Amino acid sequence: MAWTRFGKKKDMPGGLWIKCESCGAMLFRKDFEQKNRVCGSCGYHFTLPARERIAITVDPGSFDELWQDLRAQDLLGFNDRVPYAEKLVQTKQKTGESDAMVCGTAKVKGVACAVGVMNFQFLGGSMGMVVGEKIALLCEHALKTRLPVVLFACSGGARMHEGAVSLMQMAKTCGALQRLNAAGVPTISVMTHPTTGGVTASFASVCDLLIAEPGALIGFAGPRVIATTIKKELPKGFQRSEFLLEKGQIDRIVPRAQLRDELGRMLAYATGADPVAAYKPQAVPATGESETPPAPEDDNPKKKPKAKKA
Amino acid sequence: MSESPAKSAMQDGLAFERPLNELQNRIDELRKLNVGSHLELTGEIEALEERLKKQTAEVYAQLSPWERVNVARHAERPLTSDYIQLMLDDFVELHGDRVFGDDRAIVTGLASMGGVRFLLVGHRKGKTVKDRLACNFGCAHPEGYRKAMQKMRMAEKWKLPIVTFINTPGAYPGIGAEERGQASAIARNILEMFDLKVPIISVVIGEGGSGGALGIGVGDRVGMLENSYYSVISPEGCAAILWKSGDKAPEAAEALKLTSKDLLRLGLVDKVIDEPAGGAHRDQKGAVERVKAQILGWLQELQALPTAELLEQRYRKFRGMGQPLPG
Repeated sequence: MAWTRFGKKKDMPGGLWIKCESCGAMLFRKDFEQKNRVCGSCGYHFTLPARERIAITVDPGSFDELWQDLRAQDLLGFNDRVPYAEKLVQTKQKTGESDAMVCGTAKVKGVACAVGVMNFQFLGGSMGMVVGEKIALLCEHALKTRLPVVLFACSGGARMHEGAVSLMQMAKTCGALQRLNAAGVPTISVMTHPTTGGVTASFASVCDLLIAEPGALIGFAGPRVIATTIKKELPKGFQRSEFLLEKGQIDRIVPRAQLRDELGRMLAYATGADPVAAYKPQAVPATGESETPPAPEDDNPKKKPKAKKA
Repeated sequence: MSESPAKSAMQDGLAFERPLNELQNRIDELRKLNVGSHLELTGEIEALEERLKKQTAEVYAQLSPWERVNVARHAERPLTSDYIQLMLDDFVELHGDRVFGDDRAIVTGLASMGGVRFLLVGHRKGKTVKDRLACNFGCAHPEGYRKAMQKMRMAEKWKLPIVTFINTPGAYPGIGAEERGQASAIARNILEMFDLKVPIISVVIGEGGSGGALGIGVGDRVGMLENSYYSVISPEGCAAILWKSGDKAPEAAEALKLTSKDLLRLGLVDKVIDEPAGGAHRDQKGAVERVKAQILGWLQELQALPTAELLEQRYRKFRGMGQPLPG
């Protein structure tokens, strides 16, 4: 349930070259960043910091952040090697964020929505009281304004340092989403690498639409825990987006480069706007209608990003 | 899983039981002698019994969190099946999730107790080796959570309140469980429990293992037996991640604040149900009686509430857990 330390080495210092975690290719940093941290060689989607995610997802200048300053209390006096209270201060200094979730209102391809993005850089994107509270506040805001909700999950799970308080954030967030269900407010979850533990077992899995980026690790238990429990090697591609799609657990896999357009299209369906106009690849503020609707480009399973074969 | 016979000395969280058990054995021996001989031992037996009582109370008042975790996992501790047997006047087990299978790690059924009817949902661990294997040591698969929800929806339709017994090390981490959507089954349960229009009572009777516990744990009233624990992760798992060593489980148990008193202080449960002196495993009937009285009291209280109020209170209760600072 709790977060573990996936891919710690992702915070690369200012080198010119970056090695792909997946295929080992050397990537030119500038090029890599321009591709929004997707490997040009194998298509591996690196974890994206929350602010970068917002920048590539919402219409420029449309994001209004909410509840920015909320910060955690150390209710347990938790101390493993560094006291939790100190760890929070250090992580804030390092990341400039007060916790692992950035929330606000924005427009995506012209459609107004409430957006929440998890920040993996902050203690592995772990969910504690601030993450839970912000999601609940965002849902309550959406309930009042009837804005559709888009949540980006990126987390190792619940934050152990907050003990059972973090566990109960699973209930807090699900309770808030249930109210949106009852009121007919649309919700979309985008699961990105990695989404595991208490985050997968709560808000990330109960939205109306479940979208995943290619190759993302998505699951309840971490692969290491499973391997230790069953004392067997795990099958290739296990718990990756493509595996979940095959098992019927998610609605769609959308590559990062198309995510903004796709979200605009789905939000249009959700809110009564024109999906065809919203899906036009180059964002023209949606007024005119395109004469030639864009070709439906990815319903061919062969074109889907391949699960890595043995 | 929870019980391994060959624990290292440091890991043995039940060492404190040894002097108590030795004293008990001596009393038993003297009793036998007393019956068969002319020796007058009654006075001595009474003195020893008094001493045992005092010592038990002292030991149990000072248990470390790790020792309590071990009491919660004690082999003699009453399980859901014991509550069914000792507490209920009638029980009709209902099987299966109607989709995939019947997960024996969660039992569901219609229950009757003191003239009150309800749906009982509980983690099941099993007593014998065979049972324990069949119940997967209380670690449910997605179909267990889906079975629970399917029956809870039925209870809602029949206007029966719901009582859940939590006693699991955690939901099962396995390949099949992931393939069939363990995370989504738990998440769906948590979400839908907020929508059930009948009273829900949850009691942690032993192990409250993380999401696997909360998956049947969204109650209008949540109680914990005194020596049970409720945690976001097992002490062993936490120690392995944060201390890089499973041997540090006692430290992790301390840090996680997982005892019933901690949960009450943090406002995460409504009530600690006291156990008989020396733990529920010393007096199963006594423990079951206390749980029964608490459930009956709560049911009466909750059934007086209008449905809208009930659901509002349920939401507010969990909504208020873990309030961050404004900045």
